[in-house]
Amino acid sequence: MKTTDLISMLATGIGVEPEISQHRRFGAASVTGIVLASILMLASIHINPEIYSALLSWKFWVKLGFVAAMALVSFNLLSKLSRPGSRINFQLVGLLFPVVAMWLLSALILLKADSPERESLIFGQTWAVCPFLISMLSVPVFISTLWAMREAAPTRLKLTGAVVGLFSGAMGAAVYCFHCPELEAPFISIWYLLGMLIPTAIGALWGEKFLRW
Amino acid sequence: MRDLLIRGLEGDAHAYRAFLDQLSGHLRSFLMRRLSGIPDEVEDIVQESLLAIHDKRHTYDRSQPMGAWVFAIARYKLVDFFRRREIKDSLCDQVDDERDFFLSTNMDAAEAHRDIMKLLKLLPDRQRIPIVCTKLDGLSVEETVRLTGMTESAIKVGVHRGLKALAKAIRGNHEND
Repeated sequence: MKTTDLISMLATGIGVEPEISQHRRFGAASVTGIVLASILMLASIHINPEIYSALLSWKFWVKLGFVAAMALVSFNLLSKLSRPGSRINFQLVGLLFPVVAMWLLSALILLKADSPERESLIFGQTWAVCPFLISMLSVPVFISTLWAMREAAPTRLKLTGAVVGLFSGAMGAAVYCFHCPELEAPFISIWYLLGMLIPTAIGALWGEKFLRW
Repeated sequence: MRDLLIRGLEGDAHAYRAFLDQLSGHLRSFLMRRLSGIPDEVEDIVQESLLAIHDKRHTYDRSQPMGAWVFAIARYKLVDFFRRREIKDSLCDQVDDERDFFLSTNMDAAEAHRDIMKLLKLLPDRQRIPIVCTKLDGLSVEETVRLTGMTESAIKVGVHRGLKALAKAIRGNHEND
């Protein structure tokens, strides 16, 4: 077939292409995902019975703030990655800010604490299950954003897969905040981060397979 | 060219055709330079890239420059081709400059190996009929509704999925080479 024939075929009967904001595309996907993740959390591991007293503590809001900042930065990166030719260096560096801030806060808390306390600040009661439960809760958002990304046009597949994973990890962690009894910054900055990095690694591994177009 | 693309996105078929025409010239010249060892493949990848740009036109942000967007898709399709041919390492590094994409153009449209008309016959009716009616015979969606009895949304979905399936069929053929 001649290329000119293909061109007339593509141009014939073309309709108006509505301008869809990528933010809206991924916003809709994340709302679906987070509702499912919340149902999953309520049904399987239940809400923290002491959530009301936790809500009164500033530590809870630091935790949620960290997770929300990770979600926000990776969300912006997602909508950039979905459009070919976007510049993303600035956003990539932006990912480091919440992590570094949380680590600095944790270092400060650990330095001020007496040495016997440090172990419980780091490990809490639940370190062994925390990263895996966050990964489990990330699954709905992972699937819904990956689905939305397939409709878009990512050109850096591994990176895009990783950011899909990181975003879903942050959203999973946000839901997990309402189950998890841990409030100490050192715990959050290690185990929550690890919980977000597991789906990130899976996304990077699967990116090329699932996102090719 | 950006103006033509934007008018095309707003539904102006003439402007859109002009955009694709100019684009194909840049694509061909760009790909010929990168694929000087395998000139036979150039026209296939030109067509594959045109289909990809058409299919993903909703990802163009009208407030952004067009060049970076077009170039990123063309490069992606070329790298994808290299990946399929498993010669990516030696050649991919050269594909890094957006500016020389628009420097030259080549309008000698050649015939591609893959005959889309033949590939079209392989599609199921629900995709093939809407494409033949609206894309080849130039009927409007309303006329196609009357002619085929399909619903309007079924026709739109059929065209969209059908073009995707065609692009996939072109790629699949490459993999069998």
